[in-house]
Amino acid sequence: MRFRPDKLGVVIAALALCGVLLAPFSLFRANRIVPGEAKSLLDSLPAWAGLLLLAAVIAASLVALARSPAVVRLAVAAVCLVALLLGIGLAALHLTPPENSYARVSPASGFWLLCFAFALLAADAITRLKPKPLARILFLAAALLVIAFVLLSGSWDELSLLKEYANRAETFWLEAGRHVMLALGSLLAAVVAGLPLGILCHRTPALRGAVLNSLNIVQTIPSIALFGILIAPLGWIALNVPGAAAIGIRGIGMAPAFVALFLYSLLPVVANTVVGLGGVPRDVNEAARGLGMTDSQRLWRVEFPLALPVILTGVRIVLVQNIGLATIAALIGGGGFGVFVFQGIGQTAMDLVLLGAAPTVLLAFVAAIVLDALIDMNAKASNRKTTA
Amino acid sequence: MIEINTVTKRYGANTVVDAVTMTIAPQTITVIVGTSGSGKTTLLRMINRLVEPSEGTIRIDGEDILAIPGYQLRRRIGYAIQGHGLFPHRTVAQNIATVPELLGWDRARIDAKVAELLTLFQLDPAAFGNRFPHELSGGQQQRVGVARALAAEPNVLLMDEPFGALDPIIRAKAQDDLLAIQKHFGTTIILVTHDMDEAFHLADKVAVMDKGRLLQYDAPAELVLRPATPFVETLIGAADRPLRLLSIAKAAEVVEPGAAEGEPLSATDSLRDALSALMWSGRETLPVAGEDGTILGHVSLQALLQRAARPQ
Repeated sequence: MRFRPDKLGVVIAALALCGVLLAPFSLFRANRIVPGEAKSLLDSLPAWAGLLLLAAVIAASLVALARSPAVVRLAVAAVCLVALLLGIGLAALHLTPPENSYARVSPASGFWLLCFAFALLAADAITRLKPKPLARILFLAAALLVIAFVLLSGSWDELSLLKEYANRAETFWLEAGRHVMLALGSLLAAVVAGLPLGILCHRTPALRGAVLNSLNIVQTIPSIALFGILIAPLGWIALNVPGAAAIGIRGIGMAPAFVALFLYSLLPVVANTVVGLGGVPRDVNEAARGLGMTDSQRLWRVEFPLALPVILTGVRIVLVQNIGLATIAALIGGGGFGVFVFQGIGQTAMDLVLLGAAPTVLLAFVAAIVLDALIDMNAKASNRKTTA
Repeated sequence: MIEINTVTKRYGANTVVDAVTMTIAPQTITVIVGTSGSGKTTLLRMINRLVEPSEGTIRIDGEDILAIPGYQLRRRIGYAIQGHGLFPHRTVAQNIATVPELLGWDRARIDAKVAELLTLFQLDPAAFGNRFPHELSGGQQQRVGVARALAAEPNVLLMDEPFGALDPIIRAKAQDDLLAIQKHFGTTIILVTHDMDEAFHLADKVAVMDKGRLLQYDAPAELVLRPATPFVETLIGAADRPLRLLSIAKAAEVVEPGAAEGEPLSATDSLRDALSALMWSGRETLPVAGEDGTILGHVSLQALLQRAARPQ
């Protein structure tokens, strides 16, 4: 019988071999801003660990190539990812000369390629397992626990990323709080304002075109331009409306960032509310009226539950979009993880950029998975109106 | 009793229902027939105020419906539509419980009613109560739709082409079920259809509408024997007249004393079915059995032909 490799497995194995053989595993620099010296996998680690990791990568590539069961693929991917996370920490420990607090060791392209390859393997295996929404959240929780364990165990303490963190531990959590506040707060405001607006647009078609077109125009304004546009009116409000300045409304800072994110969030929320309500089958609405429901009973008992999966999809778009966009808020003093990104760019310190970017990506990823799971649970509960 | 008095509905310059007057006797089935755009559905929807009349009054048991808020009126009137309109996110039991819940019945009474209706519609409450509508067949969905309309024990049931989406075999069964249900509850039913066979099968009285006007409102036999306008005659189908007459009478009405050979007919079979059985068996007469199986007598081909002939 001829050996027929798994198609995605070929890609994963190729990525993994590139990551091991061609690309450097880590980058060693004498201090945080000089150009670095690339180190291969075997150079980065003590011999025993290097060989072990190499063996693991090769074994995992073979598993990926073979048409192995999804559970095996997932287990192998998970083991490799954990080994990689521990490995990069060990590389930092191994490469940093003793008593040297200036040297920096950071992950290089090989590490990222390997992470990508095995994350792909894990994601593909999870997709093949078709887990229920709750199971997907459990997978996510397990992954977060591993990351938390690696961070708290101190095995990454010598890594450049954590050295940057150690210097800014206090501001990091402050900016993290601001970032979440900006992304979630503006989303909450957009839902509070957007839902009634969407319902209104659904009920009065004349309003629908005007509102959706205006929001579309807002959506096309580049974010930096929108921040700029908002400086003048918010500055005016701060000066002329009593009490406005006291609650933090100013031309720059968090207020314009919040308002801009809110405006960007409105379109997906309003548009999805309109589409969701519009998708409620005609005969279902007709029956609800004919059975004697009042307009508000019909809205809350029939239209809204049936539209909810579509509305939640809009919320998911907004949340992931906001977590990313909130990074830009740092430009106008709004805070958030963007502070580190822009400081890092200014100082050509890529580790600092990473300190801002990595948590942003992680946050967006977690938000997407949790909301997708919620949407699926809800769609299951409402039993997909299309099949009725 | 439902009294519809010179009811008119206009949309702009367009008159959809034009000065319709009719009185519907309690505990009867009235079928409104007509072509598409004849205004039959609009007339039906004015009875539960889904559409507000432009002119005229409608009284149910003497009470002007405009005196009652629309949603409260609709909770007292059953309503079943084509394609059933079941709520896809609620179980069969929750769907049926809709109106009782709106009326604030207590849980025990609602549960008992749901179980009673499911049983009546030949759906096992334990097996079907917790299913979702998309898990049912078309015929089962339609039955749940009618059960939901009857849940609050309305005196009046409005049905807008309720069997339109069903295949012919399930439709015939659904029609027979409806007749049985109507007998069981004594509900006054007003049903809209464009299917004349359905109208003749179900109706105590038929209302024929065309271009918003009520052309004739009569017992089915009168429609065949004395059509008010050429349109009524066309709608019934000139060629079908004798068969229509046979289809609205029962075998019991033409039973003659005496024995006969062959498979007995049931006393409740229509004369049309009796004629069909006679022709197929090639006999001149067939015995007729009562509900308990005793032979009541026989029907003859001759008697049927007389019934089907135009009255002199």
